[in-house]
Amino acid sequence: MSTRLTSGGRLLNKSKQVSFSFNGKKLTGYEGDTLASALLANDQMLMGRSFKYHRPRGVVASGAEEPNALVNLGAGGKFEPNQRATTTELYDGLSATSQNHWPSLEFDVGVANNYAARFLPAGFYYKTFMAPRAAWKHVFEPIVRQSAGLGKAPKDRDADRYEHYYAFFDVVVVGGGVAGLQAAKAAGQAGAKVLLMEQTAHWGGRAPVDGGEIDGKSAEDFVNATVAELNAMDNVTIRSRMMGAGVYDHGYMLGYERLTDHAPAVAGPRHRLWRIRAKQIVTATGAIERPLSFAGNDIPGVMLASAVRDYSVNFGVSSGDRTVVVTNNDDAYRTAIALKNAGLEVPVILDARATGGGALADEAKALGIRVENGKAIAKVKGGKRVTGVAICAQAGEGAVLEEIMCDAVAMSGGWSPVVHLWSHCGGKLIWDETQAHFRPDPDRAPTSHDGNGFVVTAGTASGPLLTGDVLADAQSAGIAVAKAAGFDGAAGAAPSAEAQAEAGMEPVWLMPQGAGPKLRMKAWLDYQNDVKVSDVKLAAQEGYESVEHTKRYTTLGMATDQGKLSNINGLAVLSDALNQPIPATGTTTFRPPYTPISMGSIAGEARDEAFQPLRRTPIHDWHEANGAFFEPVGQWRRPYCFPRGSESHADAVTREINQTRKSVGLLDASTLGKIIVKGPDAGKFLDMMYTNMMSTLKPGKCRYGLMCNENGFLIDDGVVARIDEDTFLCHTTTGGAERIHGWMEDWLQCEWWDWEVFTANVTEQYAQIAVVGPNARKVIEKLGGEMDVSKEGLAFMSWKDGKIGDFDARAYRISFSGELSYEIAVPASQGRAFWDALLAAGEEFGIMPYGTEALHVMRAEKGFIMIGDETDGTIIPQDLNMQWAISKKKEDFLGKRAQLRDHMASPDRWKLAGFETVDGSVIPDGSYIVASGSNANNQRNVQGRVTSTYYSPTLDRGIAMGLLHNALDRMGEVVEFNKVDGSTVKAKVVDPVFYDKDGEKQNV
Amino acid sequence: MLTLQCPYCGVWAEETELHAEGEAHLKRFGPGSSDDEFESYLFMRENPKGVHFERWRHSNGCGKFFHAARSTTTLEVFGTYSAQTLEPPQDIKDKISAKYPNWSWRDFS
Amino acid sequence: MRRYSAFAIAREAARYHTGWERAWRSPEPKKKYDVIIVGAGGHGLATAYYLGKNHGITKVAIIEKGWLGGGNTGRNTTIIRSNYLQDSSAAIYEKARSLYETMSQDLNYNVMFSPRGVLMLAQTESEIRGYQRTAHANALQGVQTEFVGPERVKELVPIINIDGPRYPVLGGLWQARGGTGRHDAVAWGYARACSDMGMDIIQKCEVVGVRQEAGKVVGVDTTKGPIDCDKLGLVVAGNSGDLANMAGFRLPMESVALQALVSEPIKPCMDIVVMANTVHGYMSQSDKGEMVIGGGTDGFNNYTQRGSFHHIEETVRALCETFPMVSRLKMLRQWGGIVDVTGDRSPVIGKTPLGNCFINAGWGTGGFKAIPGGGWATAELIAKGEPGPLSAEFGMERFIEGRFIDESVAAGVAH
Repeated sequence: MSTRLTSGGRLLNKSKQVSFSFNGKKLTGYEGDTLASALLANDQMLMGRSFKYHRPRGVVASGAEEPNALVNLGAGGKFEPNQRATTTELYDGLSATSQNHWPSLEFDVGVANNYAARFLPAGFYYKTFMAPRAAWKHVFEPIVRQSAGLGKAPKDRDADRYEHYYAFFDVVVVGGGVAGLQAAKAAGQAGAKVLLMEQTAHWGGRAPVDGGEIDGKSAEDFVNATVAELNAMDNVTIRSRMMGAGVYDHGYMLGYERLTDHAPAVAGPRHRLWRIRAKQIVTATGAIERPLSFAGNDIPGVMLASAVRDYSVNFGVSSGDRTVVVTNNDDAYRTAIALKNAGLEVPVILDARATGGGALADEAKALGIRVENGKAIAKVKGGKRVTGVAICAQAGEGAVLEEIMCDAVAMSGGWSPVVHLWSHCGGKLIWDETQAHFRPDPDRAPTSHDGNGFVVTAGTASGPLLTGDVLADAQSAGIAVAKAAGFDGAAGAAPSAEAQAEAGMEPVWLMPQGAGPKLRMKAWLDYQNDVKVSDVKLAAQEGYESVEHTKRYTTLGMATDQGKLSNINGLAVLSDALNQPIPATGTTTFRPPYTPISMGSIAGEARDEAFQPLRRTPIHDWHEANGAFFEPVGQWRRPYCFPRGSESHADAVTREINQTRKSVGLLDASTLGKIIVKGPDAGKFLDMMYTNMMSTLKPGKCRYGLMCNENGFLIDDGVVARIDEDTFLCHTTTGGAERIHGWMEDWLQCEWWDWEVFTANVTEQYAQIAVVGPNARKVIEKLGGEMDVSKEGLAFMSWKDGKIGDFDARAYRISFSGELSYEIAVPASQGRAFWDALLAAGEEFGIMPYGTEALHVMRAEKGFIMIGDETDGTIIPQDLNMQWAISKKKEDFLGKRAQLRDHMASPDRWKLAGFETVDGSVIPDGSYIVASGSNANNQRNVQGRVTSTYYSPTLDRGIAMGLLHNALDRMGEVVEFNKVDGSTVKAKVVDPVFYDKDGEKQNV
Repeated sequence: MLTLQCPYCGVWAEETELHAEGEAHLKRFGPGSSDDEFESYLFMRENPKGVHFERWRHSNGCGKFFHAARSTTTLEVFGTYSAQTLEPPQDIKDKISAKYPNWSWRDFS
Repeated sequence: MRRYSAFAIAREAARYHTGWERAWRSPEPKKKYDVIIVGAGGHGLATAYYLGKNHGITKVAIIEKGWLGGGNTGRNTTIIRSNYLQDSSAAIYEKARSLYETMSQDLNYNVMFSPRGVLMLAQTESEIRGYQRTAHANALQGVQTEFVGPERVKELVPIINIDGPRYPVLGGLWQARGGTGRHDAVAWGYARACSDMGMDIIQKCEVVGVRQEAGKVVGVDTTKGPIDCDKLGLVVAGNSGDLANMAGFRLPMESVALQALVSEPIKPCMDIVVMANTVHGYMSQSDKGEMVIGGGTDGFNNYTQRGSFHHIEETVRALCETFPMVSRLKMLRQWGGIVDVTGDRSPVIGKTPLGNCFINAGWGTGGFKAIPGGGWATAELIAKGEPGPLSAEFGMERFIEGRFIDESVAAGVAH
């Protein structure tokens, strides 16, 4: 059984007991425990179920590489699935449940898959479930989906907050082990601005666990002293509980800081995502121990040797009473020695190397531990817990020599450097024959904007495993990155460390090496996804030879640990099956993040109202206070209508239109784009931007203009006012302001840079209000002021500056509704006051604001086009019969050449017309005009479509605009619009101007 | 996540400050040009694997358009320069040549 | 080819699965083929498959620089839908969708096509009008879609928040017969079937030159030597520009990175595919339980298969806002692929300036869903030398004529 020891536990505060629950059971641990160590202390080795076969799973590791011990954590708005118990710090009240089983962790019916495992090899689902056809979707897939997945889906809204940081550093060091500490210190001493981050809550990494002396101090003392030194350096920032999540191009990287995961009751954001730009990055990310592949290596109680040591030294927890150690290298002897020193039994060390280990082996033997060289595990016995091992010769096929009772197995297959961050952005690896691992190739580092490498490894992340080498490597890494970042101050000397010589490791990819199919079917590579040696062999046999094929066919390395334990072992098995060296097989691509990071942290502060920036007109608050129903338009919210009481939106729109046409209405038009174009060449420039001739416009006058892109299509429209000889003010659509301003700048900066023209986007500098309706003039006149807004004083399509009341106003006599209409701009700061003044002045006329829908309907009644309705990015002005707006005198304008192409000039293009339904109904939005017959792809032929369709309160019937083949020759003809139910609506082709065809109302 | 130095304001701009604006040094063809010329101007692109010349705008900064010489395979930036020129400056071309002696791009090499 | 079935699995289980044969052969190239397809991705393999199946042309080699299915076929978010607006797009995507329905049986390889339904959210008034237009177009194109209201949206996908303060869900375009498939399996299934017809799939073989005589293609130079052919099909997605360069012409395309990400797996919580275009994010749940999330494209040319992280942020923000529970999930893995995007964002299937050389490219973000349709149409084009009805509108000449196939309607925003 696993239990708490009386000794050990360097990370624990044993004076502080912490209570928590697991699957509803009340348990206790100590402050400083991880959930995994606390569960082990309570003899809870079984922590989960595997993905495919639902086999019982115990904890195998002690850190971020853990594939098995995943739990549902918390509840309600703080619930989170798939939390690794090994990296979850214990806190009072923690509540966790195990995953992927039904009805319980102990008795899971899903384990039926396990008994059928022989019928469920890699890729079995590609070979079956194909008949009958409907069964996949309705029978097989639901079963697969239900038994797959791991944790439960969260249900509630996230109760936590998240935030983003931006940070700029000369040097970022990832990993707070002795290498990271030393590299950060060296770079800091050289003068660089340094950030050091460590993913756990503790500094020092493995060194304090493994012991040994650095500069004559214990590793622990060295770590504490170095951390104190770093803390004292002004140019160094250090952060624990912060993981280097990803390295991206040009020195961008993500730091994932977990602020309150260990103390959820503390106020403040839960996670902070650091978006860092670093000149140089040091990855001092250490190494991860590899499992060994032997039959039954997935039974709870089989653990990494380093993890067994961690639990004992760091947390004072024994993983078992009797632990068999199995290894191919010297490091695992440290575990045996640590266990023995803690008073636990190590019945045997099985060293797969025929020649055995070095000094550590001698030390173990001296402690009285039995050591068997050249031996291996043939098979682990047990179900939900290890009960013993069968021993065999590594060289053979697994003939059992002896069985030994034990309740834990500590295995070590050697160490692989953590190369993820190095590889994220293109750093290349080389195969190291001596250590049998891939390590970063310093000559092929990821390169930055200047073409030079920007990532350097330090410590065991570089490959060296002995403490002395680690520190020397870290020191030179720290100095090198500081220099590359432009700092060459003097750094101190590297600390010295006594290094215990170790005998070389020997790669062992299968145990025993001649294991047959039966044993291979029980030798796990990927514990979470249930991928076994036999699966990889099968993939190779079936031709899935590329490492990416094998990964995808078997799902090796695709679990939540992303293959941290399984990748190299899997590669080796595949290489063996293909009879090629491991480097020829290569690795799969390492992708960010290093371990999964919360979506909440990626989204940051942007949620709810703050999801996107909100643009507000000066009158926005009034709209909100007066019950406006808003629609999003770009990042603005514009009132769609202003419903009163229980009024429906449709009724509100009708009321707003009727009142405007009958008396007077107000529109907040502030969102319309306003761009000043100024300079001696401004007229010439606008002649290029617009299809119309703008250079001939007289100061004081307005002209409606169309803009096309170089492809000939309409992109924007609006009224241009000439302010003076050199100055124009161009109105754009609401959504077009920034885009059109950028478009103008593009041509001015990149094509006609010798033209003297300047532009300014002044959209937000003005509030603009349309006063619309037969009583509009009376309302304005009532405000007083010097401006003459009479028919003669301010003629249609002209503009004027002056005082209206006390307001500095610029009034444009333009109309988008067909009514007498003034669009009046005042400085944004006066916008709200002006709006209020208009409302007050208009009270006697029953003035009321109208929204975008009334605007739309009124313009449709007048047959005015709307960008985005009549246009969709495929429409040229000629389609809308707007030849009148295309100057024939100009040699060139943007879009002119494009409109000469065959298809653009074709008489077969659909043209704009109005449509009146025969029965007065409203044609459905988006409807097409059907034609007879079908095309070669068996699609019904069409001859046009509706572009705008509304109920017109003014005419009390449905009206529409649309495009129709040969429309202009077909006035009076009845055509059919389709409905989605298959029926059609009949409508007569008419002139698109439905209201006041002669324009008398707007010109009074 | 690129970072480019704006040649106008001198700022090393984050990609989020910038807007990519497509291939650089395109010659505009207007009325009077052939269909082929016009198609080539509007649609046909170099799209090289390797050295590329492209336009950017420091849109959330000084607002200026500028040119960059950049590798599409390594993302190395050989330099940024004024948009108001018809060809890349010699020092940038030299820098590219030092790394890729046989490079060419449209009429430049 | 030994057929796959439950029975075959049982038989093999008895002998520890030692009897399974290779899914496809791994041959050395012959001297000459009738047709060479460059690119063993989904479209290339499908082209080869339908050349054999529909046109009886089996002296075919499919040449692949890396490993089959290793490009965008294995990197996409596996969405299959055909609710397109323009007739020519709807035709080829609907053909593809219908072929997906029977693909597992046709190939005897379970590609796990799952018609779980695809819902495109409308979150602005102009999006409503846009999707209603699509629904009306689809009704005439034989594509079954319907515009549904917010209540039905909530029913279809209970984890959605339809009342967000900024972009409440106003409705959606629902294609019940759209869904997802297993992307790798599509490539593998086609590869197995092609190999079985006697076609040679030659992996780890890079084309380094296109050989021509008198304006016609006669073969390719490869890292495994020269190979002759009568006809050549270039089906290489993001690398199209490179191949076109070798063949001596340019394309109306640029290559950019498109990104995607997955969450850790969780128990089933979302049965359908949801796309939210206004806020830029789409999501489905794979059979493994991961939430599969698609992001946007970068604006600059790029061949690194790495995108810019701010696009990931934008997508995740959108999904946390649309599906609040996503905030408590974790991103497991993000990646990128290189897509080639044309001037009108629709693909090119057609002849090239080089005689007997044909191209299928420019699928942008929509390649996977089109695989069987694209392959069907490209095979017809290569076999007959002229486009059939499915690809008639997709030739490159449309860029000269100004006859675009533009799916990105609603380009403008209302006043």
